[in-house]
Amino acid sequence: MKDKHDKHLNATPPAKPGLIARLAKERPTKPGEIYGVPGSGDTMMLSLATIAVLLFIWWLITTMGWIKPLFVPSPQSIVAKFISVWQEGFTGSPLWLHILISAGRVFGAFLLACVIGIPLGLAMGMSPLIRGIFDPPIEFYRPIPPLAYLPLMIIWFGIGEASKVLLIFLSVFAPVALGARSGVRSAAIEQIHAAYSFGATRWQVLRHVILPAAMPEILTAMRIGIGFGWTTLVAAEMVAATRGIGYMVLSASQFLQTAVVIMGIIVIAGIAYLFDLLMRLVERKVVPWKGKM
Amino acid sequence: MSLNIENATVIYPGTDGRPPTEALQRINLTMDDGDFVVTIGASGCGKSTLLNLIAGFLAPTEGRILLDGTAVEGPGADRSVVFQKHALLPWLNVRDNIEFGLMLQGHAKAERNKVADHFIALLGLSGFENSPVYALSGGMQQRVGIARALTCDPKLLLMDEPLGALDALTREKAQELILHLWHDTGKSVFFITHSVEEALFMGTRLVVMSPRPGRITHQFDLPFSRQFLEGISARTVKASPDFIQIREEVLAIIFADEEAV
Ligand SMILES: Nc1ncnc2c1ncn2[C@@H]1O[C@H](COP(=O)(O)OP(=O)(O)OP(=O)(O)O)[C@@H](O)[C@H]1O
Ligand SMILES: [Mg+2]
Repeated sequence: MKDKHDKHLNATPPAKPGLIARLAKERPTKPGEIYGVPGSGDTMMLSLATIAVLLFIWWLITTMGWIKPLFVPSPQSIVAKFISVWQEGFTGSPLWLHILISAGRVFGAFLLACVIGIPLGLAMGMSPLIRGIFDPPIEFYRPIPPLAYLPLMIIWFGIGEASKVLLIFLSVFAPVALGARSGVRSAAIEQIHAAYSFGATRWQVLRHVILPAAMPEILTAMRIGIGFGWTTLVAAEMVAATRGIGYMVLSASQFLQTAVVIMGIIVIAGIAYLFDLLMRLVERKVVPWKGKM
Repeated sequence: MSLNIENATVIYPGTDGRPPTEALQRINLTMDDGDFVVTIGASGCGKSTLLNLIAGFLAPTEGRILLDGTAVEGPGADRSVVFQKHALLPWLNVRDNIEFGLMLQGHAKAERNKVADHFIALLGLSGFENSPVYALSGGMQQRVGIARALTCDPKLLLMDEPLGALDALTREKAQELILHLWHDTGKSVFFITHSVEEALFMGTRLVVMSPRPGRITHQFDLPFSRQFLEGISARTVKASPDFIQIREEVLAIIFADEEAV
């Protein structure tokens, strides 16, 4: 062990990053990395190590019997539960259907929120009239937790799909619209002036300068928005749902099926994480220039 | 091209209880075809305000700006602006940035390409057509900005400290490049700088401004850019006794302004 550690040190150039940083990566330090932007650097290895340690502790306390499975089931039993629910289903519906229905609600609401929220946010940024009209209602409902206006949704829109999607929509809509709105401010006055001096119309300035310059903020807002969407999913599926991951978690908790609860939570986290990875990929493709000029 | 600025005054309204700023006070300035007017002055004396006025981004509080006899009502393609920074579009590559003006004016792709090719070669950007602009050096970015401004064949080129962010060597090369462009295209140029040496070397006319309120205090006719274009090296021109004498004179004026602050 000591031997291996020494060899690793010898292979590294004499630059001395912090101990944690050295543990976190197995490659020589690039010039400018130590004295670069504070907080830059790859954290992949460290993150994986954290996950491994957490899993190990989880496994240890359950295998040693320190905590009853009713409270914290073992990791193995979660995996087993996943397989059995995948094969046999939960309350009559296969797991993939629960996932599909929940994803449909969240992504449906997300798409709707983007289609309406982004143009409205841009319009709010561009026009004092529209900003004046829409700012009060959005700022009013934005800080209210969705659970608080859930009853209203049920009273107004019933217990069908509409109130569920609408609840998620509302939680995604505000961050997306406000992100697009502040994105309008991203274009430099010089860029706007340049376009006008070529004889651009107001519409052309919007299309060729304001909108592309706002893209980084819009994409960030979309990432934040879909996060809110997943957060609201379980609340939405409290409304007389018979299918969906949120419903699965809720009804399993009533029967003290802790393994299903945890499994459902992990499935939600997994899907949300995968989508976030996808969004980051989109970000790298669409705005590779982000933060560079 | 003829530009007449008649008694132009610009007053910025005061914000947050501060008094209004008289950024320009009764400016009179004329420019004729082929003039290279360089404006210099202490920081805050209204140089950018004057350029924005000519570009049409700003309307004068009083007075008027006449371009070929008609009042300037807003920005237009007969005047192109080269900004100090932040004016390129990082989501477009070098070629698309250069073609930006032509694209806005609705020219066909083939024609845009032809014009862009010409200016890419002229400004020494060949081989970088497809590079993202944020990956270029400051000097190359500035050349992209100049190329973009030239594509629409403006009568008047407005440059607000276009070389301010460049290192000394790149800056001298860029000065020579701009002089050659000006000579070859016959355009009129309105040029702002903080460097007295740059001002004297480039302009056919030097306009010295003073702050609070911003006004023109001195004008000089300059022979140095023509000497350079006739083949005398830039260093020789800048080291000549005439050049040094007028340089000290202008520096004394500007220092007096800075000290009055
Ligand atoms: N949008 C504005 N609103 C209010 N005051 C302004 C505005 N723009 C400029 N000013 C003021 O007008 C005066 C002239 O500004 P201007 O930018 O034209 O100066 P400048 O000569 O270009 O300065 P610099 O050399 O630093 O670029 C300054 O006192 C400035 O504070
Ligand atoms: Mg200025």
